[in-house]
Amino acid sequence: MTDTREALMVARTSDGRTVRRPLSPHLQVYRPQITSAMSILHRITGVALSCGTLLLVWFLIAAVESDAAYARVAWFIGSPVGYLLMFGWSVALWYHFCNGIRHIFWDFGMGLELPQVHASGKAVLVATAVLTVLTWVVFAVVR
Amino acid sequence: MATFTLPANSRIQIGKTYKAPKGAKRVRNFKIYRWNPDDGANPSTDTYEVDLDACGPMVLDALIKIKNEVDTTLTFRRSCREGICGSCAMNIDGTNTLACLKPIEECKGDVRISPLPHMPVVKDLVPDLSQAYAQLRSIEPWLQSDTPAPPDGERLQSKEERAELDGMWECILCFCCTTACPSYWWNGDKYLGPAVLLAAYRWIADSRDERTGERLDALQDPFKLYRCHTIMNCTQTCPKGLNPAKAISQIKTLMLERAG
Repeated sequence: MTDTREALMVARTSDGRTVRRPLSPHLQVYRPQITSAMSILHRITGVALSCGTLLLVWFLIAAVESDAAYARVAWFIGSPVGYLLMFGWSVALWYHFCNGIRHIFWDFGMGLELPQVHASGKAVLVATAVLTVLTWVVFAVVR
Repeated sequence: MATFTLPANSRIQIGKTYKAPKGAKRVRNFKIYRWNPDDGANPSTDTYEVDLDACGPMVLDALIKIKNEVDTTLTFRRSCREGICGSCAMNIDGTNTLACLKPIEECKGDVRISPLPHMPVVKDLVPDLSQAYAQLRSIEPWLQSDTPAPPDGERLQSKEERAELDGMWECILCFCCTTACPSYWWNGDKYLGPAVLLAAYRWIADSRDERTGERLDALQDPFKLYRCHTIMNCTQTCPKGLNPAKAISQIKTLMLERAG
């Protein structure tokens, strides 16, 4: 379906010729805001988590398949690339989890005043950092 | 549809530079978006050097000074110059606001000015707001009631009922919020946007209005209301300090409550 806004993109010049109007700049000029930056990050981490689930599925299938298959997964996850992916996954998980709680409060109509939005945003960022570090500390100790 | 880059005809080129008069001490660069339908060229950014010692404090003062003294072709909307008409809404220094309420002092470095984002440009800083106005009309922003008005006076409200409208009646429909919303950028053909939804809630919350059910019915749509993802850019940018995101949240709450 065509975008109905398309009709507004056509104008006339002073001497009656039709001319195509430009679209005013948006992402190109809009200064990143903590509000929109955290919103798009919520989506990105959500997509990253979905992709990360494939790794989990691979791990589970390999675990029931054979020792050799399990060893391959263990080798991959233990490699530098594997560690990087796991680290990214842990950051994405905690961010999406904490910001998800923020969204639940909003859905109940709470915390929607601007100072509260800024404070909860910063709290989510701090909580993400703390929980990620804690996760890896616990991992290092348990291992 | 989300398109992150500008169409080929909308890419911005470097434009002309207008020097400040000799002897100017406190010079500030104003980098202003220009597009003229008659010259067949892409938009460009013109640079105007303005002597702040000979200019009023607000961005609108600088724009009027440029138009009066430097370049009469510079086109922008303005009227009241005191933040009540909503005409001079534009993107200044990266956020949407009213030029008349924005002190030049608050802008760091060059003052960059472009039209309200993701809108068809009529000329220079003038965007075409027809779509937003049509959407405003679609929510029927007037009092609707089956009960006839008292023959000898107004329809009365208690102080509490009247207080429900605070934070909404102040909206001047400048559309700074709507054009700050990424969801409106990508889906503005179907999503109503924060300004219109705030206006919708203004009538839903009005104790004298008897069309609450019908008003909610009209918003029960995957796009009109529910493209709001609580990004909060609207509230962040409102030059009147209002909270459209909260009004939208209240509409969503009413939707849930009546669904049971």
